[in-house]
Amino acid sequence: MTNLIEIKGVRHAYKTQDGPLPVLDGLDVSVPEGGFVAVVGPSGCGKSTLTRLIAGLMKPDEGEVRLHGDLVKGPKSTVGMAFQNPVLLEWRTILKNVMLPLEIVPNRLSAREKEDRARELLALVGLEGFEEKRPSELSGGMRQRASLCRAIVHKPEVLILDEPFGALDAFTREDLWQTMLKVKEREPFTGVLITHDLRESIFLADQVVVLSGRPARTQYVMDVHLGAERTLDDLYTPETAEALNTLRHQIQIAQGRAPEVAA
Amino acid sequence: MTLRAVLVPLAALVIFGLLWELLVWANGWPNYKMASPSDLWPAFWKFRWLFLEYGWDTLWRTVVGLLVAVIFGVGLGMIMGFSRLMRDALYPLLVGFNAIPKATVVPIIALLFVGQHDMNTILIAFLISFFPIAVSVSIGLSTLEPEYRDILRSLGASNLTIFWKIALPKTLPEFFGALKVAVTLAFIGTNLMEIVEPHGRGLGHLFDSGKISADYPLMFAVLIALALMGILLYYVVVALEKIFAGWAERSPT
Repeated sequence: MTNLIEIKGVRHAYKTQDGPLPVLDGLDVSVPEGGFVAVVGPSGCGKSTLTRLIAGLMKPDEGEVRLHGDLVKGPKSTVGMAFQNPVLLEWRTILKNVMLPLEIVPNRLSAREKEDRARELLALVGLEGFEEKRPSELSGGMRQRASLCRAIVHKPEVLILDEPFGALDAFTREDLWQTMLKVKEREPFTGVLITHDLRESIFLADQVVVLSGRPARTQYVMDVHLGAERTLDDLYTPETAEALNTLRHQIQIAQGRAPEVAA
Repeated sequence: MTLRAVLVPLAALVIFGLLWELLVWANGWPNYKMASPSDLWPAFWKFRWLFLEYGWDTLWRTVVGLLVAVIFGVGLGMIMGFSRLMRDALYPLLVGFNAIPKATVVPIIALLFVGQHDMNTILIAFLISFFPIAVSVSIGLSTLEPEYRDILRSLGASNLTIFWKIALPKTLPEFFGALKVAVTLAFIGTNLMEIVEPHGRGLGHLFDSGKISADYPLMFAVLIALALMGILLYYVVVALEKIFAGWAERSPT
């Protein structure tokens, strides 16, 4: 079976004033169609570089990144992205923000259909009634929900989430995890989630990939024991505790190999 | 609410006029030392047609100079905002140019284009006012967060689309902030040319003839006329800002 996302032996170094700075050194990640992989690792280990590679925003020095078996050569509109910073356009209403990708990605939707699509998604994430508000009038959690809608409005095959819940408080974050599962059920996608939160990785993903410290390589891969139906209670079972412990241990190993340096 | 918005500044104006009148009256100053507001009306009335005609000269020259400054400033700002190399190359040049007192440039321009009074005046208004526009646009563009660009680029948007949909609107608040400074600067530029190199037109010329004929109330009347025109243009810019960048103003909650 071929994977939708196939990353093999990727190496990459950034050019800096002090010479090349290797960030990725032998990265392997594969995500089957409809799968959801969480990538965790010490900070500054090159996780965000990984998202840019999949999105086609940059090319690796070595190795290959394939979507559906085709080498990624540039940006593809079949990818959606959401970041820790919701980057909503302050001068647009929430509705118009969500509709932005539909203005850029070629499609046959009429203006009416575009709006309906955006409204439907906003309702799905619980933002009904906020369509005409400006981003500055919304809370951080609500802005992140809107950002999520924008990332999936054009029905991308691949959804890249780069620490989307990182700046939120713990309760809002748990709310958004549940929203995320609901969205995944209604709007199927193949996902890559970059995160620092081990509980988040287990709650949302089917597979967790631990990266080593910089330069990052794939250090450990764990399949998540939880099924499709998940509740927050599942995070407090002995099995989950054990899985979390394993991941935590792996992160410690990752940190030991290359002590954290300021990026 | 809107009535208050008009009445408060108006009341402040009246109080200012009264205090001015009081100051002149209490000190017993003759009007060649300082004219009082009550001296100004006769001066305005006596030269009302000249005020209209010259006021129009000054106004259109200022506006044209400002428009040229906007076009040039935005263009330069875009070049410096998008290219690191151009920013490094042009900044010192620009700062140096801006540091030159424009009063010293007036005779140079006047000699360079002898007799082209309209062009000379517009040129000075432009030269004095494009700097804040160029700097603000370049800063607005160069500080665009990379995520904004990534969101659009990952969808396959061209650079032009990115500029049109994100960079341009995002820079508008900075642009209008600079335009408010530039509009008053352009007035200074126009009058500088009209006063230093008088050529028989504009409010600057009227001021100069007031000086020559020792008509002090006229000189003060010109200053007031300039202030009023400055206020008018400033609020035109504020109105444009409300239309095009009103989203940047947060509601006071």
